[in-house]
Amino acid sequence: MTGLLYALASLGAFALVAGIVLAIAQKVFHIEGDPMVDKLDALLPQTQCGQCGYPGCKPYATAVACGEADVNHCVPGGERTMLQIADLMGVEPKDLEAEPVAPMLAFVREDECIGCTLCIKACPVDAIIGAPKQYHTVIADHCTGCTLCVEPCPVDCIDMLMKPELIEHWSWPLPDTKRAQLGHERREQHAGHG
Amino acid sequence: MPAMVRKLAQRLGMLQHSFVGGVHPNMHKLTADMVIEDVELAPMFVLPMKQHIGEICSPMVNVGDKVLRGQKIARSEGYLSVPVHAPTSGRVVKIEEHAIPHPSGMGLPSIFIESDGDDLSDQSIAPISDWINTDPTLLRERARMCGLAGLGGAVFPTFIKLVQDKRFPIETVVLNGIECEPYLTNDHRLMCEQSDAILEGMAIIRHMVGAASGIIAIEDNKPDAAQKMQQALDARDDMDGVSVVVLPTRYPQGSEKQLIYTLTGREVPAGKLPMHIGVLCQNVGTTKALRDAVVLGKPLTERIVTVSGDALPNPANLRVRIGTPVRTLFARQGLDDFSDIQIVHGGPMMGERLKHPDFPVVKSSTGLLVMSRPAMGAAHKVEQPCIRCGHCSEACPISLVPNLLADQCRSDQFEKAAQYDLFDCIECGACSYVCPSNIPLVHYFRYGKGQLALQRREQAFAEASRKRSEARDARIARENAEKAARRSQVRQTHAPKVETPKVDVPKTDADKAVGETAESKSVESKE
Repeated sequence: MTGLLYALASLGAFALVAGIVLAIAQKVFHIEGDPMVDKLDALLPQTQCGQCGYPGCKPYATAVACGEADVNHCVPGGERTMLQIADLMGVEPKDLEAEPVAPMLAFVREDECIGCTLCIKACPVDAIIGAPKQYHTVIADHCTGCTLCVEPCPVDCIDMLMKPELIEHWSWPLPDTKRAQLGHERREQHAGHG
Repeated sequence: MPAMVRKLAQRLGMLQHSFVGGVHPNMHKLTADMVIEDVELAPMFVLPMKQHIGEICSPMVNVGDKVLRGQKIARSEGYLSVPVHAPTSGRVVKIEEHAIPHPSGMGLPSIFIESDGDDLSDQSIAPISDWINTDPTLLRERARMCGLAGLGGAVFPTFIKLVQDKRFPIETVVLNGIECEPYLTNDHRLMCEQSDAILEGMAIIRHMVGAASGIIAIEDNKPDAAQKMQQALDARDDMDGVSVVVLPTRYPQGSEKQLIYTLTGREVPAGKLPMHIGVLCQNVGTTKALRDAVVLGKPLTERIVTVSGDALPNPANLRVRIGTPVRTLFARQGLDDFSDIQIVHGGPMMGERLKHPDFPVVKSSTGLLVMSRPAMGAAHKVEQPCIRCGHCSEACPISLVPNLLADQCRSDQFEKAAQYDLFDCIECGACSYVCPSNIPLVHYFRYGKGQLALQRREQAFAEASRKRSEARDARIARENAEKAARRSQVRQTHAPKVETPKVDVPKTDADKAVGETAESKSVESKE
């Protein structure tokens, strides 16, 4: 009988201690927000272009994290981003919906700009400078090429130009030996079929 | 000898320190005994706006302007940069993009100068003959404004190294006369013909950095250069603590970090510079150019180029104005037909293979080689599978594992390759040279480095964009909140009985998602 009491008492005490520790741990190690959203957000190219159907990269990351959205909606991220997201979410990769286009830059034809500030308001990354009734211009180094400024312009003075290729950013291609090319092709096939 | 025994012997001073690995390629120094020839002025010079490591220069002359030899025609934008000077007197005829010796085949904005044949010099830069009593910072400014960059081929702006930093005092100045690349003999001939000018340059460097000792390093395949330098050294009285050291020939001994280890037994840590271990290393050509800039007031407008190769009828060492089209140099040495020929800019181990000869001589042009296709083709015929022989690891002067790195680069595992120190690779080509399976190892490393740099650039850009986007959302939320607060205040003063919500609610679901995160952030920041 006493044996049973001892067992009950010791187990009860242990449960109490464990409960207190867990309660404290929950307070101390509490994480604000969903860590998965931040991880997904870090993979996205942060163009904030809205081509995925969400108003920015973070909203899309939130939607993917709670299973609302598929992994293949990010257009500028291309195949690499899709594969990374699928890997992180532990789901099968899917084919991309749209072919990624070459990186572009917005360019304001200043002669025609009327200084309406509509494009400035549209730019999701604050890459356009200007003031009412003054010329606006795009900071080329900050432009993500999202095209969101083109639509609001009342005089259509914004062009999307090809991003110039810099010699400093040129990188060596894969060697043109058969083995290198074969390996590359095989890997692409593998990625395409999951 | 086992590596441990050798290291112990080196520690005890019984054996000379020596870098690990390395190879012994056939040196083919065809031009070793040929006196440097002056090249006639070309009718047209092409000056690319970037001939150094760092930021590009911007032109400061206009089309039609008259220029003099040594006149500054492009100013540097930024710290890591040196200006460009006119190589002769003449007229600026156009400023447009032109091909440069670069493996991409891409061009850079260049200034075209039509020579007037008079070759008049700009006299505005005064010679400093009394440099021993001149403030080192003034001499440093002289090195910068004269456009000096490392003439050994790396073209790192020279003035950056010539600094007295109290945290890292320079004890030893190393003069690099190794020239370990096959074919090249420009440093060799310079040491033979202008040994005293080189030593004066070294004295200037020692004065500038306050170094007590100095070493002139020469490989044992250039005994005549070592002898000339020793004679010149004995003739000078300001060279206490300086000695000529003759090292056994081995590639890539001329690489800065490898040479410093061989000479001093001190290793330059990864990601650090020689100055962090108290050593300054300068190429002999750069040292001579520094002396010309200081003592004669001459900006860098010429350099010595070895023009050689098995397909060239008359190899030679040439003193060439920077900007000279290389086609005219090849024509001068008897080569006009470029079919079935490979042009190499630099040495055969590390130089760039170029598709056409339509580029100018630049500050990094140590050599211009033309090889017949069979000779080049033998280097990389067909890539075979790696047989794990380990020759590449033995040849690597920085103890990397090239076959592993190549596998990782080939299979796009760039981050993994970076963990195995891909970025410490100096691309000397020793591994590719010894590989019995003809694997283009260095090419894989260059591919991997480029791809990884691209990924990192994209990540950094995305991170910056995210910050700007978050800042914008926070600003919009704050403005909205302020507007709402003002509105409610106005209403309260006019109709104090009606209560209004303090923060206005975003309109659509989409705005809500953005607004919520942004609002919570703006509230946090206010607190």
